Amino acid sequence: MEKRVTFNQRWLPYLLVGPQIIITLVFFFWPSGQAIYQSVLIEDVFGGNSKFVFLDNFIHLFSDPGYYHSARLTVVFSFLVAAIGLAVSLLLAVMADRVVRGATGYKAFLVWPYAVAPAVAGVLFGFLFNPSVGIVAWMLQGIGIEFNYVINGNQALLLVVIAAVWNQISYNFLFFLAGLQSIPKSLIEAAAIDGAGPGRRFRDIIFPLLSPVGFFLLVVNIIYAFFGTFGVVDSLTKGGPGKATEILVFKVFNDGFRGQDLGGSSAQSVILMVVVIALTFVQFRFIERRVHY
Amino acid sequence: MVENRPFLTMLSHLVVILGLVIIAFPVWMTFVASTHSQQTMLQSPIPLLPGPYLIENYTQVLTEGYGRVGSTPVMMTLTNSLIMALGVAIGKIAISIISAFAIVYFRFPGRMYFFWAIFVTLMLPVEVRIVPTYGVVANLGMIDTYGGLIIPLIASATATFLFRQFFLSVPDELTEAARVDGASPMRFFWDILLPMSRTSIAAMFVIQFIYGWNQYLWPLLITTKESYYTVVMTVSRQANVVDSVPSWNLLMAMAMLAMLPPVLVVVFMQRQFVRGLVETEK
Repeated sequence: MEKRVTFNQRWLPYLLVGPQIIITLVFFFWPSGQAIYQSVLIEDVFGGNSKFVFLDNFIHLFSDPGYYHSARLTVVFSFLVAAIGLAVSLLLAVMADRVVRGATGYKAFLVWPYAVAPAVAGVLFGFLFNPSVGIVAWMLQGIGIEFNYVINGNQALLLVVIAAVWNQISYNFLFFLAGLQSIPKSLIEAAAIDGAGPGRRFRDIIFPLLSPVGFFLLVVNIIYAFFGTFGVVDSLTKGGPGKATEILVFKVFNDGFRGQDLGGSSAQSVILMVVVIALTFVQFRFIERRVHY
Repeated sequence: MVENRPFLTMLSHLVVILGLVIIAFPVWMTFVASTHSQQTMLQSPIPLLPGPYLIENYTQVLTEGYGRVGSTPVMMTLTNSLIMALGVAIGKIAISIISAFAIVYFRFPGRMYFFWAIFVTLMLPVEVRIVPTYGVVANLGMIDTYGGLIIPLIASATATFLFRQFFLSVPDELTEAARVDGASPMRFFWDILLPMSRTSIAAMFVIQFIYGWNQYLWPLLITTKESYYTVVMTVSRQANVVDSVPSWNLLMAMAMLAMLPPVLVVVFMQRQFVRGLVETEK
């Protein structure tokens, strides 16, 4: 889309895009380029000397069982975050939409978890499930479940998933609710007159009409689980116990800063960049479709 | 509602209310913990209702911090977070609105290159390229400066796209009228475009304020001096220190203070917030 009426000025437009372009070049293109460059180098432990090793860092990465573990973990983690998050928020949105159409009442109580920083959300859930004072851990013990996320890897992963879902629920809810509210009421009424009950109407009308929103949210949630959950993981488990919650974005940071493996970390960055670009591409393709519906 | 089904309606209310209670529970417990003494918070089960130490705990974290030697007062970290959040929000809006103006209202060589250069930044969150970005900022000597905290985060395309989208919907007749009346491009921008963009700016501000406030990894790397610590990073950092006798009450008071400003912004500017969320995803 283009404007028909424009201004003619020689230097002004460059001055106007200048600030953003400079910041983008310095803090985006330069580091991204460096990541690619460093991913083909191996650096001396004592710094200074680096050697060109071509794709060795990548080969090393792909033959490293630790990397596979982390990649598999990230897939499982993202699936859980997306599936649970979407299911819960869809349920809440459908119920809220049923009782108050154009709901503002319940919405006000559901938007705020989005404003809580992921790192702080991690701290809150760490407190709730703390093995010695956590109230939820205590309740679980009451029904015979020993919950200790500090030593049990699966429980740690579950806890990170719960905290991540909690943080993202308002986002999903708002989009589902908007989607539900845009479904023409006449369709629902027509189905009701034809004798379809609420369950049938949900399955045959509401759910299919909601699927574009659902698909969009699926991609957003996967991107969120891949990259947005760093704070949750870092403040809850630091990737532990063992490596039970070391998702890829955490490993990039851990290998680069704590492990001082610059080449390996950069190679991981490059792989993650490819993943995000692919996901973003999927998202844009889809959005293109949504516009033409 | 299409038909009257009292049972289903009641069930719906019940499900939503139950959901709300579960969602609010972690924050309720945080609040409760922040109002008790350290001793009370060491015995399981901890109380479910607030205690009498609210003012005491909050005064202590605000003025002294967590209470160990050399801990940072939360007042200071809150100020830093505020500077960072405002800097990110205002900086982003300022540079994006003028670049969107240039891209929409001017024809100049290289325009599409600039457009695409901005567009690709949509794709890579800072976490992905964290190590080299840190290197660049360190090389520029921006460690432990507000500039280092803020400027790298304002290079993002979301806001530019939002404003571009909005400018494209502004009727051409306005531009024509302005030109006929002899207004310069900047005059048109200040007197016509900017006032018209008020709602978009407000929506963007809410989203970016929260984004800036909630940054965690970036301030963690960029700051080594306490005087630049932000509140979110100190909460998480403190939570991971293993104490022989942890002060849960103080830690939770810190967490409450870290959550409060962005939550208040969302609750009180709900309309702008929802609008911002929906529009940045277009």
